[in-house]
Amino acid sequence: MKDLHDLSHYPLKLEGPDRPMVSFRNVTKRYGDLVVLDGLNLDVAEGEMVSIIGPSGSGKTTVLRMLMLETIQGGVIYVDGQPLSHMDRGGMLVPATPRHLRAGREQIGMCFQHFNLFPHMTALGNCMEGPVQVLGMSKQAARERAEDLLEMVGMIDKRDEHPARLSGGQQQRVAIARALAMRPKVLLLDEVTSALDPEVIGEVTGVIKKLVEKYRLTIMMVTHQMGFAADISDRVCFFYDGRIEEQGAPADLFSNPQKERTQQFLSAVKSAD
Amino acid sequence: MFDWKWDFAFEILPRLLWATLNTLMAAGAGYAIAVVLGLVLALAQRTPIRALTAVVREAVEFIRSTPLVLQIFFVFYVGPQFGLRLSPWTAGMIAIGLHYAAYLSEVYRGGIESVPKGQWEACTALSLSTRDTYARIIIPQALPPALAGMGNYLVGIFKDTPMLSVIGVAELMHTANAIGSEHYRFLEPITMVGVIFLMISLPAAGLVRLFETWVRRKLGMIR
Repeated sequence: MKDLHDLSHYPLKLEGPDRPMVSFRNVTKRYGDLVVLDGLNLDVAEGEMVSIIGPSGSGKTTVLRMLMLETIQGGVIYVDGQPLSHMDRGGMLVPATPRHLRAGREQIGMCFQHFNLFPHMTALGNCMEGPVQVLGMSKQAARERAEDLLEMVGMIDKRDEHPARLSGGQQQRVAIARALAMRPKVLLLDEVTSALDPEVIGEVTGVIKKLVEKYRLTIMMVTHQMGFAADISDRVCFFYDGRIEEQGAPADLFSNPQKERTQQFLSAVKSAD
Repeated sequence: MFDWKWDFAFEILPRLLWATLNTLMAAGAGYAIAVVLGLVLALAQRTPIRALTAVVREAVEFIRSTPLVLQIFFVFYVGPQFGLRLSPWTAGMIAIGLHYAAYLSEVYRGGIESVPKGQWEACTALSLSTRDTYARIIIPQALPPALAGMGNYLVGIFKDTPMLSVIGVAELMHTANAIGSEHYRFLEPITMVGVIFLMISLPAAGLVRLFETWVRRKLGMIR
């Protein structure tokens, strides 16, 4: 196990114009003895939209959670060239302190399956919380930014409502605005349509589509909606058993999967639809 | 057999009302200590420092498992042996404040644990500091479920103030007892103490419930 902790062959930072926005280098995630992700290598380019699909338990949500919520047991994660999971201490990579992690994660936004809006704040309050408390913006400036974003997701009319009075689709759109208010370089979408009624899924996917096409935001999206993933992704990664089993442009992966497990998964999903 | 004397009752009423003020002050001061210290005890049990968590956890268990009157005696009579010479009032406030802090810390703990995990994750996703996470997101949501328990202990601390009479704090019970000894009549003072407690406890419980609803509405948790 010693070589797992030898980080000398990982670069201190990634440089050059072609450097990926997000880079997983040989990343391992374990919960106790259970290995969820094993030696993951994945690069996401700036402005790229990557969808992550796969059966439950394949580790696809863990990919996002490692960026935002959890620590890793092996390898290094870089965001915008800088190490996130580790930090440079006198020319050596050492595990990140909570302070370093928090600073690194300020560049990342995340939206959740169950929205997780703050119930005691209005839609506007939710979107102003991060900019005011974390970025130190004035209330006035944060309000303007929040209102612009609520306008963009079509929720400006509901800015003074509390989440309890909003539908699932409306809550998720506010949650997207809240994440964007931090001006993240990367947006993580964790099954953001899975808890929604079918008739309101479109209002959320419409917003995501706008982020991709109009704003060229770097997005990593875990989803069960194959049609939507095929429609807007630059690349689709199929996860199986803690590894990327197959990846490629959606046109290739969905219409001409090479691996047997991919074929099985896609046909199972198709017959369920 | 039942020989209630109204003139005597009216004669001692001002003295009892004056003592009521002391009782209310004792309950108020003790509760203020308990509310703040209880939060400290609750948060101390959530730090990543294992040793601190364990010590606080055991201290809370210890306080909850021993009688209040013993703790009052201990602080007042044993304290001086450790160079801690306190007036009855100070000793009483420390003992009762500490005792109820232990109970309130459990109420807070329950409230904090009732906040969904997703709220913590949303705070992490926004890079909120630990302090902002607690102060702005978690505690406001932990408060409404904790209010009922906090209200119960407010009435509880009020009803427990007579225990302070054992170290000579001149609250209601102590005063009633003194009046009884002076006049060899206990029926009126003790009965009146009961009525005074009832007249304060009952509306207080109602007010706590109103306050609970008001807080929930203020936080936008109910429509």
